[in-house]
Amino acid sequence: MTYVIEGKKDSWQVVLGLEVHAQISSKSKLFSVASTNWGSDPNTQVELVDCGMPGALPVINEYCVDQAVLTGLSLNAEIKKMSIFDRKNYFYPDLPQGYQISQFEHPIVGRGHINIEVEGKVKKIGITRLHLEQDAGKSLHDQDIKNSYIDLNRSGCALMEIVSEPDLSSPIEAAEYVKKLRSILRYIGSCDGNMEKGNLRADVNVSVKREGEKLGTRCEIKNVNSIKFIQQAIEFEAKRQVNIIENGEKIIQETRLFDPNKCETRSMRSKEESHDYRYFPDPDLPPLIISDEKVNSLKEQLPELPDKKKDRFIREFNLSSYDAEVIVNDQGTANFFEKLVKGRDSKVVTNWITGEVFSYLKKINKDIKNSGIAPEKIGSLIDLIVDEKISNRQAKEVFEEYMESSDDASIFIEKKGLVQLSDQSEIYKIIDKVLSDNPKMIDDYKNGKDKLFGFFIGQVMKISKGKANPKLVNELLVKRLKE
Amino acid sequence: MNDFENLSISSAIEGLANKNFTSLELTEFFIKKIEKNKDLNCFITSTFDKAIEMAKISDQKIKENETRPLEGIPIGMKDLFCTNGVRTTAGSKILENFIPFYESTVSNNLWDSGAIMLGKTNMDEFAMGSANTTSFFGNVKNPLGLKVNKELVPGGSSGGSASAVSSGLCLGSTGSDTGGSIRQPASFCGLVGLKPTYGRCSRFGMIAFASSLDQAGPITKTVEDSALMLQAMVSFDKRDSTSSRQSIPDFSDFKKLSIKGKRIGIPKEYMIDGLNSDIKKIWDSGISWFKREGAEILEISLPHTKSALPTYYIIAPAEASANLARYDGIRYGFRHNADDLNDLYQKTRGFGFGKEVKRRLMIGTYVLSAGYYDAYYLKALKVRKLISQDFEDAFQKCDLILTPTTPNVAFAIGEKQTNPIEMYLNDVLTVPASLAGLPAISVPSGFNSEKLPIGLQLIGKPFDEISVLAAGAVIEESRGF
Repeated sequence: MTYVIEGKKDSWQVVLGLEVHAQISSKSKLFSVASTNWGSDPNTQVELVDCGMPGALPVINEYCVDQAVLTGLSLNAEIKKMSIFDRKNYFYPDLPQGYQISQFEHPIVGRGHINIEVEGKVKKIGITRLHLEQDAGKSLHDQDIKNSYIDLNRSGCALMEIVSEPDLSSPIEAAEYVKKLRSILRYIGSCDGNMEKGNLRADVNVSVKREGEKLGTRCEIKNVNSIKFIQQAIEFEAKRQVNIIENGEKIIQETRLFDPNKCETRSMRSKEESHDYRYFPDPDLPPLIISDEKVNSLKEQLPELPDKKKDRFIREFNLSSYDAEVIVNDQGTANFFEKLVKGRDSKVVTNWITGEVFSYLKKINKDIKNSGIAPEKIGSLIDLIVDEKISNRQAKEVFEEYMESSDDASIFIEKKGLVQLSDQSEIYKIIDKVLSDNPKMIDDYKNGKDKLFGFFIGQVMKISKGKANPKLVNELLVKRLKE
Repeated sequence: MNDFENLSISSAIEGLANKNFTSLELTEFFIKKIEKNKDLNCFITSTFDKAIEMAKISDQKIKENETRPLEGIPIGMKDLFCTNGVRTTAGSKILENFIPFYESTVSNNLWDSGAIMLGKTNMDEFAMGSANTTSFFGNVKNPLGLKVNKELVPGGSSGGSASAVSSGLCLGSTGSDTGGSIRQPASFCGLVGLKPTYGRCSRFGMIAFASSLDQAGPITKTVEDSALMLQAMVSFDKRDSTSSRQSIPDFSDFKKLSIKGKRIGIPKEYMIDGLNSDIKKIWDSGISWFKREGAEILEISLPHTKSALPTYYIIAPAEASANLARYDGIRYGFRHNADDLNDLYQKTRGFGFGKEVKRRLMIGTYVLSAGYYDAYYLKALKVRKLISQDFEDAFQKCDLILTPTTPNVAFAIGEKQTNPIEMYLNDVLTVPASLAGLPAISVPSGFNSEKLPIGLQLIGKPFDEISVLAAGAVIEESRGF
């Protein structure tokens, strides 16, 4: 379904393009050997070049180049044999050199694309380019009434700016695009995708138009740092633009900021106020040359990417497209699934992962990879259910406790006294007790009150303290009532 | 005490080796001489304690026969090279009290070779100037001018370095050359100034003026000294991405190289309007000396020569406008008190930089601005390629190029100050080789009627410093003084 904003007069379409800034997961910075470790004391991870000392010179970190190439390859994009670093000039206290080293005319990666899936439909989103650049430091304005402080730990960290074509046309598509991009970046390990730490953030270009019209004037919303905020910012901004145009006014091209507290965007600077960055090739850095051999050897390093993995999971494990998408989104989950599904029913395994395991991970605030959960831990529990040693419901009830215990599933349920009651004569005993305690209900049931069957089941389960094998209870009760 | 005033580095090395004198004696001689000649204003910062300490270590090494190539040789270090724990100003108020906590590669190489630092030599602010009249620390005087009772400029930007060597305050000094800042002051002060091929010397720790042009080199009394100092200064440095991996020869091999049969190109375009007639004469003499030595002289053409100066004065300021953006009063250096951030930037940079620096920063900012970039900066890059191509073509026909170093001899302090273009014209003959990144040397070749020195320039093929030095030695032997 197309996303449409109903204005007072017309229906409006939204056109979106994203510039995603992804910090490269590297040990050291793009042009210095300073550490990129997050959360260290301010200004403790700063080399000469990161604080713009006189005579300091940048030296490219080859690892970061490799990560950009890997990312380009995974975005199905063209890797440029030669790219050029430029200086982007502007004054700001947290920009120590007085310029940011970036790539302007000749980025390291050219056109590519990724696929996103919205409401079961696959849509191809064009990537315009990917370039490498330095991050700035951080200005802290809230530490002191009179003074601002500067932390240069982030100064010089490597960023990839990934620019999309204006192919996105709804907040949900934008969200799916960022999710997919993040998933890919995490698969190849070029960026940890942590939006809370600011390691992944997006500038969102928004414009609106009536159907069939040419592109409208766009506004750029800077530095949005969560997927939810991206959606909210687009929704607000698109409506704001529709109102302006329908009131007979014009959109002014400008840079805006999203305020998550008020859920609105505010003007930051207009195009007239925008900087003249005076880009020019950085004379401290020769052109970056990437050989075919390098590209080929990096190609070999590429893991199976989410789209391919998804297709394979659908094919091999007969997963639904939706389930496969959920499972492959995170590489750790996909690996976990593959180990767990061996010799087990894929549907059951999927349900357990996307149900109990996910909600448990959310509770302990970890991802599957660093949670330390072994696939066998879940597998042995699933096996007990399949073998009817324990009911699904029982398993779910004790799941958290089981996860926290170090016991094997069979030992755990034994200790808990949870072993399922599957002994026919024992179950008959309970059934008979329930029936003899409720003679009137038997009459009512036999006179057509079918619903009472559920009542009898409930009573049996209650007396057995939930241990009775529900399937068996069902079977035996039917038999008894027919007698 | 010996008089070391006219001592060369090579004879000092010999004297030290023969134990005719000690490094401490040498060093103390120069310390006294520097103190006596403060009016020349050659040094911004002196490091006498350090020098004595270094001299003692050198004497010990000489005693123990662990002599390094420049063991015990007192030199001046241009104040553009960051020296660990020693104030480094680049001749600017904005770095008036800046003390680096790191050492430039070039200075480090020299100390590792046993050289001794007497102090940091005066220079045009951020190496922008051709007369050493833009330094925040005052003008430098040319000692040769004083001999004819004139207050003459030593040239620039390495004016303090040149004046110090010329007046015998040190045995040699470092310079940096962006458009002629080694060769022009060497010429004005009667010295040998060598700008090696771009990339030979690391730029790490050398305060940047125009990164694609800046290159360190020695200022010395003789060609042999030039080779000795150059040897110590050069290295491949992984901290400078433009540093060259080209193998480093033994530069003293220039002595074995005969100039016989070499083809010396004489570019007709260097015969510019306003070329001083005395200089023209010396140029002709130079040609005859090479002929006499069996070199082949041929006229060549470097057709884009006249565009070199305007090209240089677009590219160098453009790069400088970004290179000097870091001097903002935020982290180090001079900071003017201010009401808000913009005020801080404006006052810090407004008061921290001198007039010439501000002029070039404005030119640089202008030529990179939207709407002007293509017409100025981009075009200048294209012309720069053409200039390099000129040299490439010329070097198909010849091995070396012989030209005057400057259109005029040293002029009076205060002269050429009214119109910046007049000052910029000083560089007209040195700038082309800078733009092409080629090695070039200025060698004293004669005098004008007032006994002021005239230098000739030899430009070589990339990384062929040895031929340049060999040809320089021919001039030295032929000139008759």
